Amino acid sequence: MRRDLLLAWRRKSDVGTALLFFVIVASLFPLGIGAEPNLLRSIAPGVIWVAALLSSMLSLARLFAGDHADGTLEQMLLGAAPLGVVVSAKAAAHWLVSGLPLVAIAPLIALQYDVATPLYGVLALSLLLGTPVLSIIGAIGAALTLGLRGGGVLLSLLVLPLYVPVLILGAGAVEIAGAGLAPDGQLLLLGALLVVAAVFAPWASAAALRISLE
Amino acid sequence: MTAQSNRWFWFASPQTFFPLAATIARAAAVLAVLFGVAGLYVGLFVAPTDATQGEAYRIIFIHVPAAWMSMFLYVLMAFWAAIGLAMNTRLSALMARALAPTGALFTFIALWTGSFWGKPTWGTWWVWDARLTSELILLFLYFGFMALQASIDEPRRADRAGAVLALVGVVNVPIIYFSVQWWNTLHQGASVSLTKSPSMAATMLLGMLLMALSFWMYSIAVAMVRVRCLIREDHE
Repeated sequence: MRRDLLLAWRRKSDVGTALLFFVIVASLFPLGIGAEPNLLRSIAPGVIWVAALLSSMLSLARLFAGDHADGTLEQMLLGAAPLGVVVSAKAAAHWLVSGLPLVAIAPLIALQYDVATPLYGVLALSLLLGTPVLSIIGAIGAALTLGLRGGGVLLSLLVLPLYVPVLILGAGAVEIAGAGLAPDGQLLLLGALLVVAAVFAPWASAAALRISLE
Repeated sequence: MTAQSNRWFWFASPQTFFPLAATIARAAAVLAVLFGVAGLYVGLFVAPTDATQGEAYRIIFIHVPAAWMSMFLYVLMAFWAAIGLAMNTRLSALMARALAPTGALFTFIALWTGSFWGKPTWGTWWVWDARLTSELILLFLYFGFMALQASIDEPRRADRAGAVLALVGVVNVPIIYFSVQWWNTLHQGASVSLTKSPSMAATMLLGMLLMALSFWMYSIAVAMVRVRCLIREDHE
């Protein structure tokens, strides 16, 4: 994992691109549908979450591709560490690089959308709980499409339907908090989703990697 | 291996299954037509007009069985995929592959007829409600499964990658279903359930069950024909 982070650090532009993508997608909506503050306020949670989904998905294709190209992945397959642990570490590194910056920058977008200040905490918390799920589930898709032609488009077709619960719960939490109700239920469900995904998904990703590499 | 278990696995080999599939396909096709004619007759002529929805409700005889089949076929596909992954039997993977297009077809029919039904009763073609949305996502899952299999050239890898995806999907289906249920829903509750007595006339229920049987037989027939094609392709 440290190696992955180091590699990501050495290529800062990659991280920057994903982050910039997030910001640009989120800024496109006001330009497309008009800058009416009430409208913006009501669509803000959904837009921010969809932008987070897309930005996380874009960097997924590179999750295993680099290691696959230079043979490191095969070494990992043969190595002593269980493949599930390796996959979890890679997903965690992916999240630190692509998910965590989004959590940090989301309040800025929320500011642009004129979201009420008390909601920032809920938004950040929902992203904090939700984006790791995206990385973990996305790793399955990345492992399945490793080295396929048209992998990028196929990856989005496979992964986006699986992202739906995270999107609904994450955006729902912010919306409910905006309506003046307690978002605990949605946030707890997001947390449960994270735990379940963290336990079972690396297992599926490891199986998918073995299939892709044999 | 004992003789007993040999007999148990006898039809697990594509070669021995090939002629059996033809027999099953023929019988299932005949049954599908019989059940379909009976179901349509009961549904269109015998069943009484609905008190609140008038004649428009009669699309239920296509819509509900198709929706049942769409979900059931996905589970069945995941089941064969799991068997194929665990036991490494070629035929199971072929079955999963043969079921996918039929499942996608029924999902599409359920969505389509639902939209026809929604227009006169709700006044809209489409709403973003729990059932519609989860059915739509189910359709995407089918498409993803087929697209993944289509883009892998090596059949072994295609089967096993598809199996992993189908299993991940089947875990996700209930999660998706419950996550979308948080929204206010326009779709009426289930009309038929195993635990309480059905909230509809007996003839309506009969028509629906006959149509469900017909769709079931159709799925079997089509899957068998498709699996025969796949076995042929496999041996070239």
